[in-house]
Amino acid sequence: MARSMAELAMRGETPEILFWVGCSGSFDQRAQKITKAFATILDKVGIDYAILGKEEACTGDPARRAGNEFLFQMMAHQNIQVLNGYGIKKIVTACPHCFNILKNEYPELGGNYEVIHHTVLLQQLIDEGKIRLNESGSFKGKKIVYHDSCYLGRANDVYEAPRKVLEALDSELVEMKRCRSKGLCCGAGGAQMFKEDEPGDKRINIERTDEALTTGASVIASACPFCNTMITDGVKNREKESEVGVLDIAEMVAMSMV
Amino acid sequence: MTQVRKGAGLFFKLPKTITLALKHGVMQYVQQLIFLALSATAVWLFAGKVKEIRRNILLGKKEALNDQPGKRWRNLLLLAFGQKKMFRNPLVAVLHFVVYAGFIIINIEVLEIVLDGLLGTHRLFAAPLGMLYTWLINAFEWLAVGVVIACAVFLVRRNILKLKRFINKDLNGWPRSDANYILLTEIALMSLFLTMNAADQALQSRGSEHYTATGGFYFSGLLSPLFAGFSDTSLVALERTCWWLHITGIYAFLNYLPYSKHLHIILAFPNAYFARLEPAGRMKNMPEVQKEVLYAMQPETAPADAVPPAHFGAKDVFELSWKSLMDAYSCTECGRCTAACPANITGKKLSPRKIMMATRDRMEDIGRNIKANGSFTADSKTLLHDYITVEELRACTTCNACVTECPVSISPLEIILELRRSLIMEESNAPQEWNSTFSNIENNFAPWKFSPDERDAWNR
Repeated sequence: MARSMAELAMRGETPEILFWVGCSGSFDQRAQKITKAFATILDKVGIDYAILGKEEACTGDPARRAGNEFLFQMMAHQNIQVLNGYGIKKIVTACPHCFNILKNEYPELGGNYEVIHHTVLLQQLIDEGKIRLNESGSFKGKKIVYHDSCYLGRANDVYEAPRKVLEALDSELVEMKRCRSKGLCCGAGGAQMFKEDEPGDKRINIERTDEALTTGASVIASACPFCNTMITDGVKNREKESEVGVLDIAEMVAMSMV
Repeated sequence: MTQVRKGAGLFFKLPKTITLALKHGVMQYVQQLIFLALSATAVWLFAGKVKEIRRNILLGKKEALNDQPGKRWRNLLLLAFGQKKMFRNPLVAVLHFVVYAGFIIINIEVLEIVLDGLLGTHRLFAAPLGMLYTWLINAFEWLAVGVVIACAVFLVRRNILKLKRFINKDLNGWPRSDANYILLTEIALMSLFLTMNAADQALQSRGSEHYTATGGFYFSGLLSPLFAGFSDTSLVALERTCWWLHITGIYAFLNYLPYSKHLHIILAFPNAYFARLEPAGRMKNMPEVQKEVLYAMQPETAPADAVPPAHFGAKDVFELSWKSLMDAYSCTECGRCTAACPANITGKKLSPRKIMMATRDRMEDIGRNIKANGSFTADSKTLLHDYITVEELRACTTCNACVTECPVSISPLEIILELRRSLIMEESNAPQEWNSTFSNIENNFAPWKFSPDERDAWNR
């Protein structure tokens, strides 16, 4: 069980790091599993962390990108007051959208924190030997394709950490033609997650899923809850859910930990 | 001719050689004057158009983009001079680099041509440079051959192989012709340069007066036997014609630039220098809205004379940053952005290239309006709606693929996001689903309709 900041503050404690769960990780049933997996890892490794719990609120990312700056500023103001109130120094999050906005857009509004994405923390923990992986883990030798999240990759130049984690799982990492800085969006960014696609020939998530499926990988690894939703939908649409799994990197690590 | 000579001899009794020299001198002065007039006109016309474009770019909002000069010079060197992003596709990058190097380096030769034209000399640099001159012109010739080949390949890619990004409907009409005119002109200019050198070589080998020995040029040397049957006079005529057409062509091309997508050969440099340095994911803050929200949340912080912002986001080019406007003039319509755009790939209306073309079109229309009326007179049009539609803006996933792909540091995304701001905050124009999202965020602190009390339900 993750402890909340409020609880710790009452005891006069400050955790080393705040786990920013994000709306998807908090409410979406599929993404909750990612949240639990990541919390399990943090618990196992013995990281001193806490969550905001009910005090966490949407960062305002979808509002800002849709064009609603007022709503974004309201959410940012509220979140920064809470974060600064607790004297937060370091934040980890499993959502690249939260990661981007906390890292790049909150500082000029008065919210200055060291922000890292969970894949980067996982890679560090593996490198430091704090996460030990099963010799014959469930992904050993399996063909895995990694889908780059735009807000992690192009937006913040994080391309290698997720791949290094997957390599540590002893899996056979394959790439789509459109990968790294050429990666194709899953279709959820810029508040698209919350509305239908505009008229066109194909949904973006289907286009991306088809590309991932042609690699013949048995797992499509994601590092973003939105990407996970979009590609899971794509795999279902192509009726491949019995052959191909869509998993977050945190889930894969949690499954393979000693 | 004979009459004049006779006459001159009759009245002034001047020796024949002096008469000839005089006549030659007069002809030479006339040529020099024509050249001076031509050069001055070309530069004057170009300068006028540059002023117009500068004025149009400055219609945009002020924004200081000159911090961290070290990083900016680095971008200029890597992205503009080094064409770093072009090398995402190495084969095309090499071909493009040849054309670009040809363009820049052959300009040294153009300097000689201009000086020759003004001073009435012929191959001014040949004597002082000696062997180096021979070597340089040989290098230019090889580059010229490279340029011809590269441009031919580019024409094939556009018109025969019909690459998707070149047959895309964004380019229907003038833009598609524009691209072909540029390539054909480059081929013509290079051919003139080579023919001129070949004729020069032939004349040199005949020991013709005025055609000082320059040493052999390999490529034009191969061409010069073609002119074996030409008389000296026709060879001189050919050499002079090529010389004049070449330099006139260059001046014409210079003045074509401001009307063309080819303007990128100039603006790619400042555009790289002024490119944004922060991570691509960072969206520009709106301090005026930040303040409004602060005053609403903490009324005690509001000054008594706080003036609400005049507008939110951009409805027209006046509300975009000047950098976005320079972006539009820097765009060479290559379509790498559109080819990488997830919305465009899946058949949506959005095309980042078209966003840039529409922004430039709007500025050009405003420029004409200013020219006709002295200052801008409202024309009941705006960039938003009349040039860029809501459907296009709504299709963007803000994935930054267009920004990453652009070889000349353009951000179509910034324009899209600024127009979206205007749509939402000034027109309350949002799809129903987004309105629900907004109200959920406002009331439940999450984009979905869940109770905030359930936020830590996963933790139970």
